[in-house]
Amino acid sequence: MASGNGNGHGLKGKMLESAEKMKGSQAWSSIFRPGSFFRKGYTDSPRNRSYVIMNSVLYHLHPVKVKRHAVKVSYTLCLGGLSFFLFILLTVTGIFLMFFYRPTSVNAWHDIKTLETAVTFGSLVRNMHRWGAHLMVLSVFLHMSRVFYHGAYKPPREFNWVVGVMLLQFTLLLSFTGYLLPWDQLALWAVTVGTNMMGYTPVFGNQVRFVLLGTKEIGTETLLRWYTLHVLMLPFVVVIFMAIHFWRVRKDGGISGPL
Amino acid sequence: MPGEVPEHLLKRSAERRRALGLPVPGEEGGAPPEDAPEAPAAGAPADAPAAEAPAAAEGGAPEARPTGDPDSKIPAHLLARSAARRAAKEGGEAPAAGGAGAKAPAATGGRAAAATATAPPSTATGPGGHTQRLLTVVKAGSIQQTRAEAQDKVHVWPHLLVGEFVSLLSLMALVTIFSALVRAPLLEQANFNQTPNPSKAPWYFLGLQELLTIWHPMVAGVTIPGMGLIVLMMAPYIDKNPATKPSDRKFAICIFTLFLMFWAVLVIIGSFFRGPGFNFVYPWKVGTFFDL
Repeated sequence: MASGNGNGHGLKGKMLESAEKMKGSQAWSSIFRPGSFFRKGYTDSPRNRSYVIMNSVLYHLHPVKVKRHAVKVSYTLCLGGLSFFLFILLTVTGIFLMFFYRPTSVNAWHDIKTLETAVTFGSLVRNMHRWGAHLMVLSVFLHMSRVFYHGAYKPPREFNWVVGVMLLQFTLLLSFTGYLLPWDQLALWAVTVGTNMMGYTPVFGNQVRFVLLGTKEIGTETLLRWYTLHVLMLPFVVVIFMAIHFWRVRKDGGISGPL
Repeated sequence: MPGEVPEHLLKRSAERRRALGLPVPGEEGGAPPEDAPEAPAAGAPADAPAAEAPAAAEGGAPEARPTGDPDSKIPAHLLARSAARRAAKEGGEAPAAGGAGAKAPAATGGRAAAATATAPPSTATGPGGHTQRLLTVVKAGSIQQTRAEAQDKVHVWPHLLVGEFVSLLSLMALVTIFSALVRAPLLEQANFNQTPNPSKAPWYFLGLQELLTIWHPMVAGVTIPGMGLIVLMMAPYIDKNPATKPSDRKFAICIFTLFLMFWAVLVIIGSFFRGPGFNFVYPWKVGTFFDL
């Protein structure tokens, strides 16, 4: 902030002064809305507690107040929120991986190998992406179970349950499309088993399989197709469904319960 | 009132009202002179006595009505109009004034005697001399439901956000530490000529792969999961029981728990108890054939 080169007190004074100056600037007040506690400071009061939500982007996600039982960790186990957070974590780590990965059958496996051995934090980020993905499948599934056991799918929340089941399917598809991308023996044969299964769809099994693979047998076309699905299309659809899901949670009267 | 409504709006409204022949609020109540600068020279003096005359005649609250008393909640022109109506009923001159409109007194200037009855013209007079009419009756219940029951609520900040933040950080720590310690598998490069034995689907599909050992793929791989998902999506429409208490919905809970257990057992068998050839093995005897 300040480039003060005096000793203790002078530096502190200069820092405070420039902080004040910054808060008075047009840039600062254009970033933070009137009423934001970044503009007027925060002292704990019921009014300010409301303003923290109302004057920040969090207002898109949370109301100002929720039912008391809704903040108990023992009720939700935070599973829905953690699923959302895992999605963000997977997006961030996934973007990192995209910098080092080419979705062709010649390059894919070598790129992953290089990522693991030659890229700073490459191995860690790939591990986080992999374990985060498995964890997300688990947390989405557990979230669904929690909702069922609380009867939270009952009116007026029926449709949000349907949206939730769609999100579970998209989560599985995201995980499954990502499974192929390392292009190792595990990926190839797991996907072979999976797509062979879908090839048995009644009536148009072969067509379904062809659409999934982009060709008759798994190859570069499949890799490109699943890569596009994995990094672009499915996340896009998931984000839309999540927006509807979260919006409906609030519109249907906040989370359910207490039992 | 003049303090709150901008000057130019007041002026515009005064002009409009004058054009329509409606009484101008400021003027009958003894208007401040700057409110009507371009008023017709004859109009203002004619209206002023018109408003005050009935007040004097009836003697009811004489100090509240003229001069637009700021404390009075009722606008001056309404007071004047009602006073005029009352005076008209007594004097019987109203019909003539209603037809002529407000321009008549303005044009004829200083006919103070006639203005007593005619100056505030009663424009909204319905049949039978009513000055208001019933548009509709709105029942309270049809547009708004008032729920009296108070809910026990807490502020999202800090009560919910702190909890969320802590769980977010814990998860982040868990994933980071686990990832630092445990390597994600990366086997040899994909090789079409070398089928691993056993070949397994990702763990969440191993339940389906397990069913494949029993039924035809069309049943086990497509029909059952497809039907399962549809039934799962329709759960809220199938389960009509409104209760949320576990003790009141034993059947639903039993069914769902069976469903969970069914898949969990199949996934565990598929993951750990299936060896070469997808044959049943005991993991403690031959080890596991399972990669995440």
